[in-house]
Amino acid sequence: MTTNKTFRSLLIWGVVLGFGLSVRAADEVKLLNISYDPTRELYQDFNASFAKHWKEKTGQTVTVNQSHGGSGKQARAVIDGLQADVVTLALAYDVDALFLKAALIPKEWQSRLPHNSAPYTSTIVFLVRKGNPKQIKDWNDLAKPGVAVITPNPKTSGGARWNYLAAWGYALKQNRGDETKAKEFVSRLFKNVPVLDSGARGSTVTFVERGIGDVFISWENEALLVVNNLGKDQFEIVAPSLSILAEPPVTIVDKFAAKHGTLAVAKAYLEHLYSEEGQEIAAKHYYRPRLESVAAKYADKFPQLKLFTIDEVFGGWQKAQSQHFADDGIFDQIYKP
Amino acid sequence: MSAFTFKEQNPLPGFRLTLGFAVLYLGLIVLVPLSAAFLKTATMTWPAFWSAVASPRVLASYRISFGAALLAAAINAVFGLLVAWVLVRYRFPFKKLVDAMVDLPFALPTAVAGIALAAIYSKNGWIGRWLEPLGIKAAFSELGILIALTFISLPFVVRTVQPVLEDLESELEEAAVSLGASRWQAFRRVLLPPLYPPLLTGFALAFARALGEYGSVVFIAGNMPMRTEITPLLIITKLEQYDYQGATAIAVVMLTASFALLLVINLLQKWSQQRTRG
Repeated sequence: MTTNKTFRSLLIWGVVLGFGLSVRAADEVKLLNISYDPTRELYQDFNASFAKHWKEKTGQTVTVNQSHGGSGKQARAVIDGLQADVVTLALAYDVDALFLKAALIPKEWQSRLPHNSAPYTSTIVFLVRKGNPKQIKDWNDLAKPGVAVITPNPKTSGGARWNYLAAWGYALKQNRGDETKAKEFVSRLFKNVPVLDSGARGSTVTFVERGIGDVFISWENEALLVVNNLGKDQFEIVAPSLSILAEPPVTIVDKFAAKHGTLAVAKAYLEHLYSEEGQEIAAKHYYRPRLESVAAKYADKFPQLKLFTIDEVFGGWQKAQSQHFADDGIFDQIYKP
Repeated sequence: MSAFTFKEQNPLPGFRLTLGFAVLYLGLIVLVPLSAAFLKTATMTWPAFWSAVASPRVLASYRISFGAALLAAAINAVFGLLVAWVLVRYRFPFKKLVDAMVDLPFALPTAVAGIALAAIYSKNGWIGRWLEPLGIKAAFSELGILIALTFISLPFVVRTVQPVLEDLESELEEAAVSLGASRWQAFRRVLLPPLYPPLLTGFALAFARALGEYGSVVFIAGNMPMRTEITPLLIITKLEQYDYQGATAIAVVMLTASFALLLVINLLQKWSQQRTRG
């Protein structure tokens, strides 16, 4: 009896809601955000915040759908026709491909938003087991014999490319710009890698769940997530003396947004990432905020270390990619028999 | 040759319609996507194609991919036959349950299978912790690839052999034994010959499935260049560099090689069928 009643009232509510929705359809807008793996939780929070902001500003209801996966795979999906309004990927190289392979965005996309179109940043740090049994302090400890290092494969993982470049940048600095010595150092480091997972999350699992390796080279946000969620009693973060400033960029996909008539809302969506509220959400999800006021507030959450950018040391992503990660590039040469 | 004459051999009408539909269906589902791979590759120059498909790293991946897939199919041919035999010839409690379990590797998402296998066989896993002291590294090695491929291709041989075995009467073996054949002779001369065709089919299916497998293997292989990188992983690697042509070039080589192998297996099957009949 009661279930019957509940069912009937549910039905009525359903009909009412259905009517409501169909009437208000004109006041609704949909966005598709194609992103990479570890931003899932960040954008869940951010989408709710933006929906509220947009509703207050325009009265329009915005629904943001999000999709996550490896950064390169996501970019390929958009190139192959997945109608994303915005992309928020792990590295500029993958966003560049949207221009180079499919002309979906203009060439100078990266200068359209402040800070190289990267509203939040991260860096590469080390995750070690509690007590740091192998006494790992800096990059040179990773190349020592008897240390097992976990990092994903730079050929398949965008995150791993940041790891590799951070190590390379450190070695260059140590050897005053000597590339041969840097290559020798990075080769020794990769000799210590027993497993090359295809993605960053796979490596996290290998290190955390399988118990393989003494040190895990990781995105800072991923390392903080592991330590705070899986136990401060099991893992520690070690910040090297020098690392790379990882800038995960965002952009509107002009061609698809124009087609959907969502250019304005997509622009506002990305700009909201730079607002105080957006920056707070990024910081809460362990991404380093750009805004000074928010950065100061969360300063104690992030270790202090010296950072270099990819433009300074490598002359941008396209150059780094072709020199290091293309077939027969330096990374492949490390593994040449 | 009767194979090349378009003749209605069935008293039921509808030959043209069903043949037309079959060709259209195969064309849409199989031929169009595959020809896309060939067409994409056709835009490459020969030197570019050659350097994409014959670099040392890619050659190493063919060795491990084809080798492990063949070995996995061979293992399953032996043990799949055994499983099928047990399921057909014996009665035991929970038989239906065991029977259903054979299909699990089909149903499980391959990534889940890979993660589960890696968890069990890694050095702190249930099985891995016993293998480690013996000096056997199961997960993140060539052996890991073989384990994953054997797991996902298990159902094929069992399911192709099972129905044929069900049709074989056990009286045949009894007759053979009562006429003085040893157990081995009865197995080898009476039981096995009619099972060759389904065994070969199962072997071919298992091999083809194992060769293309990506999802489960990448979690347990360790993906070390020159050692445990399977060919599908290198295709993904090419795609990560937006090198669509290089990726499809390797795919074309894989397709051609596996097509040739499957063709040989089919011919073998035909030959063994004729031999048993004759």
